[in-house]
Amino acid sequence: MKTKLFAENLNISFGAKQVLNNINVNFAENQITALIGPSGCGKSTLLRSFNRMHDLSPDAKIDGRLQLEELDLYSKTVPVTEIRKRIGMVFQKANPFPKSIYENIAYGLKINNLPHDKAVIEKALREAFLWEEVKNDLKMPATRLSGGQQQRLCIARAVALRPEVILMDEPCSALDPVSTLKIEDLITHLKEKYTIVIVTHNMQQAQRIADKTVFMYLGEVKEEGPTAQLFRNPVNEMTANYINGHFG
Amino acid sequence: MKYKARLSLDVVFKYIFKATGFLVLALLGGILAMLIYNSFSFFLDVKPLDFITGMEWNPTGKVPKYGMLPLIISTTIVTFGAMIIAIPLGIGTAAFIAEYASPRLKNILKPTIEMLAAIPSVVIGFLGIVVVSPGIASLADLSNGLNALNGAILLAVMALPTIITVAEDAIHAVPKTYKEASYGVGATKWQTLLNVVIPAAAPGIIAAVMLGVGRAIGETMTVLMATGNASILPSSMFDSVKTMTATIAIEMGEVPYQTTHYFALYAIATVLFIMTLGANLLGEYFINRFRKYHAQ
Amino acid sequence: MRNKTFRFSSIIEWGTLLISTLLVCFFLVVVLWEIISKGSSVLSWDFVTQVPSEGMTKGGIITPIIGTVLLTLITSIFAIPFGVCCAIYLHEYAEDNWLTRTIRASIRNLSGVPSIIYGLFGLALFVQALQFGTSLVAAGLTLGLLSLPYIITTTEEALMRIPNSTREAALAVGATKFETIKDVVLPSAMSGILTGVVLTLSRAAGETAPILFTGAAFYINGTSGFINQEFMALPYHLYMLSTQHQSIEEVRPIAYGTALVLIIVVFLLNLTAFCIRYKYRKNEN
Repeated sequence: MKTKLFAENLNISFGAKQVLNNINVNFAENQITALIGPSGCGKSTLLRSFNRMHDLSPDAKIDGRLQLEELDLYSKTVPVTEIRKRIGMVFQKANPFPKSIYENIAYGLKINNLPHDKAVIEKALREAFLWEEVKNDLKMPATRLSGGQQQRLCIARAVALRPEVILMDEPCSALDPVSTLKIEDLITHLKEKYTIVIVTHNMQQAQRIADKTVFMYLGEVKEEGPTAQLFRNPVNEMTANYINGHFG
Repeated sequence: MKYKARLSLDVVFKYIFKATGFLVLALLGGILAMLIYNSFSFFLDVKPLDFITGMEWNPTGKVPKYGMLPLIISTTIVTFGAMIIAIPLGIGTAAFIAEYASPRLKNILKPTIEMLAAIPSVVIGFLGIVVVSPGIASLADLSNGLNALNGAILLAVMALPTIITVAEDAIHAVPKTYKEASYGVGATKWQTLLNVVIPAAAPGIIAAVMLGVGRAIGETMTVLMATGNASILPSSMFDSVKTMTATIAIEMGEVPYQTTHYFALYAIATVLFIMTLGANLLGEYFINRFRKYHAQ
Repeated sequence: MRNKTFRFSSIIEWGTLLISTLLVCFFLVVVLWEIISKGSSVLSWDFVTQVPSEGMTKGGIITPIIGTVLLTLITSIFAIPFGVCCAIYLHEYAEDNWLTRTIRASIRNLSGVPSIIYGLFGLALFVQALQFGTSLVAAGLTLGLLSLPYIITTTEEALMRIPNSTREAALAVGATKFETIKDVVLPSAMSGILTGVVLTLSRAAGETAPILFTGAAFYINGTSGFINQEFMALPYHLYMLSTQHQSIEEVRPIAYGTALVLIIVVFLLNLTAFCIRYKYRKNEN
């Protein structure tokens, strides 16, 4: 399997606080990788370092190597907006723009100088399993959609840019079980085209959708492996405790 | 747009936004520089001590007198009178809104207070001339009612919205558990209000009063129109007074540019600035104390 | 028996607070009643469309109305962009360092500076140093400086209500920081910003002290309209009619009419702000 995205000897600290400690991890192309671990273990921090969301925090200090194939993600010569175009992101809470459904998809295309005619918008919405539900209300404010629909719109917004990787930060944590299943179904379809990294708190979710699972604890990767193997025969004692619900 | 153009726009606007931040600094700096420069020019002619403690303000006399004590006293008694009226009324109203009023009544009272705050000071001053002044004159048997009492009443009206809003916030922020503890030992609502709620909200209420004082000291139009503007040393609330703000307002229009008298008005403004700054800083100090206290 | 005295005393206690509240409301009623009852008989179409005549004892108040509108316009043109940009800097860009803290402290202090001192500053800076003379533009800019801290504070409050996730959404599709602010943050915060701006302008429109020495005129012929000339303004007109005019009693009705028009202007602006806020709250839910 081809490695699409990786981090090598990655250390991240905010001010005096070390959040990630010598992380080495890689994500295979067209696979879903789940990052699991107790709250505060650094999994979201790791996720957000791939599309340089930490650029916003002036006290963040990032050491190490992060690459998308051959591309150094923190190279001075690569525009950050280009990286974010190639590595899309879906957030914990659905965050549609306060604009119409149509505009929500079109915005990213517009600013990146990509075609944004109706066909492109339709394609993105179809890919996110949302087209049939909204095709007659494209002018409606996106905020009027249900929580699950909003999150699928955010996924459509990400896939519209044709990224290579989609990062998902607990995309279902604010949703009901039915919407959650719909999105999981969507994610498994998306892996045919994209490489997906998902942070989740939900053990069942990780087992349902992920090909590979990475367990993190206190800013370190403690164990990684094919999902079935990691959940059935964890090597590390802490992994075993966590997936059996002894802490978290 | 090309990426390079987008990026340079990003950088350009970053500096534009930052520049406006410096504009604010320049504004305060400019005001300070103006006050200091002109006051300094004034103190080359008149000794600071004579200025502050002089008992006579008569810059247009044969021998000009630049004693601003009557002005300070005028401002002080008008402000003091305003606070005597506004503090009990303000705290009472704040307590009523926070503790007794039903949500529906609150929805009427709060916009009412906002409306009172929105009335321009010149309109309040006008009311001082046409309503309050005749009222005082007939009640106290005076030829006219343009005096310190009139100014105090009007300034109370002007300071009330500030005092009520800030004090209401403070009373509202007192944790419910305090009240429940008081009710738990058998106290009535009134006893709880007096012995628990108001003491707990005290820093916030003091802040409200200080902000009201700052507002009253700096207010110009109402006192200019309603207090008679005689620059004598007032002996009672029924005397006409000329406050610091009114003095600047009246005399700046008539004074020749860059004379001692002109500089003197800036020197008054400096004293005024220091007094309002003091009141506002005290207010801010107490608000911070209140927040810290209740943040735990 | 004990129960009865208890009830009686609690009515007195409750009554004390009620009376202070009623007194405060009474102040507002007196102001409104006095101005409306005596001003409404003067108010007519002619009154708001004709220029003052015969030493201002006759005619209307169109000149000060136009003056106040133009003045407020100049104030907005200056204060809104500067205030909003400064708020954007403080909330979206500034790091928590001594410079930012100094700017914030300056804003807090500036909002407490008496308006007459802004008048002096306008006189020294715009009228004298920059040689605008006593004029509409000098007075408008002076009121703009006075409005600046309020616009900054209310705009920053509006920006604070926009969750960070909204900003991240724009960044994640490749927007630059400026694009994020221009396309997403500002449109989301627009109603909050507008509310603050309109309230600030209603305050500025009613101010008198800052325009005393910077350009307000006792009387000008015709209608004001040149930014480099003196102008008449509603609040100054009221001040002048009620204290400076040679036949004060004769112009009293016009003073009432002016006060009524001024109050209507200010309340209409406040009502506008209220409606924006109401619509915004409704959309939010």
